[in-house]
Amino acid sequence: MKFTTLVASAALALGLAGGALADDPTKVGFVYVGPVGDGGWTFTHDQGRQAVEAEFGDAVETVFVESVAEGPDAERVMTQMALDGADLIFTTSFGYMDATNNVAAKFPDVKFEHATGYKRLHPNVSTYSARFYEGRAVQGHIAGKMTESNIIGYIASFPIPEVIRGINSAYIHAKKANPDVEFKIVWVYTWFDPAKEADAAKVLIEQGADVVLQHTDSTAPHAAAQEAGDVVTFGQASDMSAYAPFPRVSALLDVWGPYYVARTKAVKDGTWESGDTWHGIGDGMVGIGDITDAVPAEVKEEALALKAALSDGSYHAFTGPLNKQDGTPFLADGETADDGTLAGMNFYVEGLEGEIPQ
Amino acid sequence: MDLSSINPILLIAAMIAAATPILLAAIGELVVERAGVLNLGVEGMMITGAVCGFIIAVNTGSPTVGFLAAAVGGAVLSLLFAFLTQVALANQVASGLALTLFGLGLSSLMGQSYVGIKPPRAEATPLGPLADIPVIGPIIFGHDLMVYLGLGIVAGTWAVLKFTRMGLILRAVGENHDAAHALGYKVKRIRTLAILFGGACAGLGGAYISLIRVPQWTEGMTAGVGWIALALVVFASWKPWRVLLGAYLFGGITQLQLNLQGAGVAIPVEYLAMSPYIVTIIVLVILSADKSRAPGSLGRTFHASG
Repeated sequence: MKFTTLVASAALALGLAGGALADDPTKVGFVYVGPVGDGGWTFTHDQGRQAVEAEFGDAVETVFVESVAEGPDAERVMTQMALDGADLIFTTSFGYMDATNNVAAKFPDVKFEHATGYKRLHPNVSTYSARFYEGRAVQGHIAGKMTESNIIGYIASFPIPEVIRGINSAYIHAKKANPDVEFKIVWVYTWFDPAKEADAAKVLIEQGADVVLQHTDSTAPHAAAQEAGDVVTFGQASDMSAYAPFPRVSALLDVWGPYYVARTKAVKDGTWESGDTWHGIGDGMVGIGDITDAVPAEVKEEALALKAALSDGSYHAFTGPLNKQDGTPFLADGETADDGTLAGMNFYVEGLEGEIPQ
Repeated sequence: MDLSSINPILLIAAMIAAATPILLAAIGELVVERAGVLNLGVEGMMITGAVCGFIIAVNTGSPTVGFLAAAVGGAVLSLLFAFLTQVALANQVASGLALTLFGLGLSSLMGQSYVGIKPPRAEATPLGPLADIPVIGPIIFGHDLMVYLGLGIVAGTWAVLKFTRMGLILRAVGENHDAAHALGYKVKRIRTLAILFGGACAGLGGAYISLIRVPQWTEGMTAGVGWIALALVVFASWKPWRVLLGAYLFGGITQLQLNLQGAGVAIPVEYLAMSPYIVTIIVLVILSADKSRAPGSLGRTFHASG
């Protein structure tokens, strides 16, 4: 009895959601992996959500759930959102990949957008990501020029292609800027844990790093660098300008607003289609935060020139000649990496030490 | 691999700093559990302490006042738990979980305008020439006051539980609340005081993260330390010195594994990342082979008419 009631109300909710498209506001849901106040990744997605609200006003209703653990919890939250009548759901963490596809199978009328993933098992699933590695190239260049100890620390989160691409891109360009540079990489297995990130930053600094790059979302490494005094950091995902002009000398920015607005509009117009979007600096999805005066003027100029070349497509961040870590050829002279290779990147380039956890 | 890049002195100093929040929260919970109450709200009380301490420290400019506020904040939140479980006789497990969720939400609400602000810096304890002794100086005498306070609380808790009448009564209430009640002890009052002490300690632990270890405020910044502290109390067989050992082991290996990674040691990172949990559990399980057991009335609701 209870079960049938549940099924009936679920069906009713679905029917309402389907029929509501015409008049009622379009409901857009967001599933966040961290708190909106993390000052990094989730913060930027929430900026994107606010951009959608600002663009459409009353014609759109947005909802979000923050700090959703990757795994069964995520599936539950997405299901609930779909039952509550969401027309479009953005799931903003790599680890939501399977959950997104599972829930999408159950709600064919709801559109799903999964950030940084590659699985589109159903016609109502899209994936989108940003070419953060372009920003990492600029960061790597500045880092290579700024380091005096020639040791650059890197706080890595999880061993997935996205993170590995960033490490490779930063390393390639740091090495170009400074042939003596060496990377120390620490895997912390978390996207957001200020205490752990602070510890990792301190360890890297104690081991001689005077530039710390991070692929985690909190500002804790900046605080650790500030404490140490002479260590350079870069904002991750959001500007983290509270730590400018030093230690934070620049930032890798995620700009989701325009994409979220465009996709919401597509749902409203009925033109939404499943696809894979991968935008970089040129399309405005990746930004470079203000380079502060702590960076010498000529380094800043070079960095901006690199950014411009990446932006207009005249230069690709992965341009040969490049070898893989084991010495086997990766890209011939002048060859650039195709998107398929980049999307599945699971190896270090030559010169990086250590192994990628598998 | 380059082990020479690891500085053992800095490593041990970092270990102590990493262990202190867990230690503070765990010793508070130990007292609560020895009184027969299971409070799963440690994480919520820690994060509330973290934000209270941060807000007050920023506004007054004094980390010491901040820590006091953190203790008060944690204790006030635990008072809610005490009301639910001791007066309203609600289920302790459910109330504790609710306390954690409530604390996480409340703290992010309170901390909204404090993201990205730098707290006043807590100075190292002025121990004068002691801190200048080579090797031992930075390891033992180079810390902030909270580290010593944490050690003091552990020693104090041990002494009170073992040697004083007060400790005996607390343990009696935890072992068999009906018998303690029959002897005329105020079970609820004693438990409420223990819960308040646990809340204050958890609050201090949280503030240690937001004011010293990180130091800044971000939502959800305790990131599960409270749960580790809870587990530690069980694995330490409700004994203060084992809590200390467990916390230092956990903090130490956490730091060591990061150092080993930075030095490029050829152990797969996954094993390094799980090592703090495994080593701490193994050591404490071996130690608890001496037939230590949980307090008899742990988690049971007491009602005088029952």
